[in-house]
Amino acid sequence: MSDIVIKVENLGKQYRLGQIGTGTLSHDLNRFFHKVRGKEDPYLKIGEVNDRTKKGDIDLVWALKDINFEVNQGDVLGIIGKNGAGKSTLLKLLSQITSPSQGAIKIKGRIAALLEVGTGFHPELTGRENVYLNGSILGMTKAEIKSKFDEIVDFSGVERYIDTPVKRYSSGMMVRLGFAVAAHLEPEILIVDEVLAVGDLEFQKKCLGKMKDVSNKGRTVLFVSHNMNAMQQLCNKGILISQGQLVMDDTINNVVNQYIGMSKQNTAEIKDFSRKGSGSVVFKNFFLTDASDNKIESIIMGQDLYVNLILEKKNDVKAIDVSFIIRNSLGEAISHVRNMDNDFTLPVNSNELKLKIKLEDLLLVPDTYFISLWTGTNSEYYDVIDNCISFDVLNNPEFNRVVYPHNMKVLFRSFWKLS
Amino acid sequence: MSGINQNWDQIIKPQKSMFQIDLKALWRYRDLLFLFVRRDFVSIYKQTILGPIWFFIQPILTTITYLIVFYFIANLKTDGIPPILFYMAGIVLWNYFSECLMKTSETFTANANIFGKVYFPRLIVPLSIVVSNMMRVGIQLLLFFCFWMYFYFTNEKIEINATILLLPLLFILMAGHALAAGLIISSLTTKYRDLKFLVQFGVQLLMYASPVVYPLSKVPTQYQWILLLNPMTSIIETFKYSVLGAGVFSINYLLINLGSLFIMLLLGLFIFNKVEKSFMDTV
Repeated sequence: MSDIVIKVENLGKQYRLGQIGTGTLSHDLNRFFHKVRGKEDPYLKIGEVNDRTKKGDIDLVWALKDINFEVNQGDVLGIIGKNGAGKSTLLKLLSQITSPSQGAIKIKGRIAALLEVGTGFHPELTGRENVYLNGSILGMTKAEIKSKFDEIVDFSGVERYIDTPVKRYSSGMMVRLGFAVAAHLEPEILIVDEVLAVGDLEFQKKCLGKMKDVSNKGRTVLFVSHNMNAMQQLCNKGILISQGQLVMDDTINNVVNQYIGMSKQNTAEIKDFSRKGSGSVVFKNFFLTDASDNKIESIIMGQDLYVNLILEKKNDVKAIDVSFIIRNSLGEAISHVRNMDNDFTLPVNSNELKLKIKLEDLLLVPDTYFISLWTGTNSEYYDVIDNCISFDVLNNPEFNRVVYPHNMKVLFRSFWKLS
Repeated sequence: MSGINQNWDQIIKPQKSMFQIDLKALWRYRDLLFLFVRRDFVSIYKQTILGPIWFFIQPILTTITYLIVFYFIANLKTDGIPPILFYMAGIVLWNYFSECLMKTSETFTANANIFGKVYFPRLIVPLSIVVSNMMRVGIQLLLFFCFWMYFYFTNEKIEINATILLLPLLFILMAGHALAAGLIISSLTTKYRDLKFLVQFGVQLLMYASPVVYPLSKVPTQYQWILLLNPMTSIIETFKYSVLGAGVFSINYLLINLGSLFIMLLLGLFIFNKVEKSFMDTV
């Protein structure tokens, strides 16, 4: 057990929701007086489990609570969880960007965190100057950067522009240069947050290869990504975080399977969403299911997704049309699905309509997606709810792909032969 | 559990001791400090035609303005010193102090995007501001001494004396006070933005409580102590005394100044230390 390099004990982080204003001053004073008298912080006792879908009564939440785990030398640990589960908070605590409210993290060796590429790039400075600046922000010394400078430039592939101010760079070039610097960091422990989601395909492959190199050299890596396939390729161990709590600490394959299998009920209360429209027909419920009728929140690429909608008719109407938009995590509309597309007419005589829409062979690239619902006619909107259903698409190993370029949205099944 | 007796390099906990400054970490990041200084220096006048000449234009134009407003129109006396030198001496020093103070007081808010993504000793940023402004004021002092030479050889009233050797001390006092005040303000503004507004015009007003456009000797003796509460007062007066031969010089004032520097820095570092750990949650 002597080769434990990170030990996390009872780690907790509390956040305040809502705005910081005059109210916080009284809290601060209260906290201060408790401390002066040697008492415990009164606000650490309260706080709720972090479930973003439910409305809480108290405006203090635990983004992380009672986290315990250990990382051994040479481990590549994947940190898995849904959006808002507390992954980023954990990384922030590990990288010392913010301090925990409870517990401790014990670290052996130098730690470097890569939560963003190109941190601190100054637009007016040249690529060369920024390599030095960025490198030293990440903790390299000038001499170290100097000795690796040629390698860095070579890796980035922007040699021609190295003496041009980075404000003239394309965003892709900036990312390449940023990652190139980061890739040449040599800390004992490296923390990486989804930086692979950037750059073009060729570059992503390069990055992934570089990360494999790093882990092969026996260094410890902590890696956060929504790309389960990349996780399974790179990591040997995994932890699963859900609602701020550690759910599982096991080999990466077990953890990934558990995560994919997590078909939890959609806990969102329908009335919580803001709606627009006349209200003549309203969405009473909506959820996603798979082929065997289980409620799901994530789906593997290439499977069928069923969108279940239950509508309630409140007033008599002449016609009802239903459609929905699927958006990706950047808010870009990927598709618009309508009942008219299928030449399907909704009956107007019943008071409750249960619809099940099958989206066959869903080949969206791995990401988190949001569905916005609409019902109405040409002349009237009955009910519109934005981004009320979310789901994750997970990579399917069948496609032999680890990474998808950031601007790719859909994969086509392609069939190749010589003709 | 085993591992209790292991030698951990680092333990991250909710609280850390109050006055702990990790000098070793600061030293390890010294290259970053110089790169920040370089960045500030190189980037500020990029895409300008006059470039670094702006370092000179600023104090010259300000001097001319003061000359017209305060000397010719308001008829304020300058202790018999050529008014150009009198104003320029005050302006150069005051600019250094106010620049350092204003910039360091924005440390957390202006760098939130970097601080939110990567950890390095936060103190590097305010220190780099103090250092890069030091280089700027060095250049401006050269300009001042060019004018000074001209007047020295044409005007018998100017005399230089041994107190010029105190110049490094004066700069330490200025840099330290600006840094300390900046640290306090920047730490407090992470949560409460009110101070930001105070600083914006407060620094401007403070200039009139410093002997920049008038000599301390023209202030009625019973009120001089009020001005001396301002650490810049004795600094500017000492400087004027040492290079121009007219001004209030007292070793006691400087000792008091040194004492206040010590207290301010301690307080500044204390607050800064406390805030830097968790400011990302509130900024």
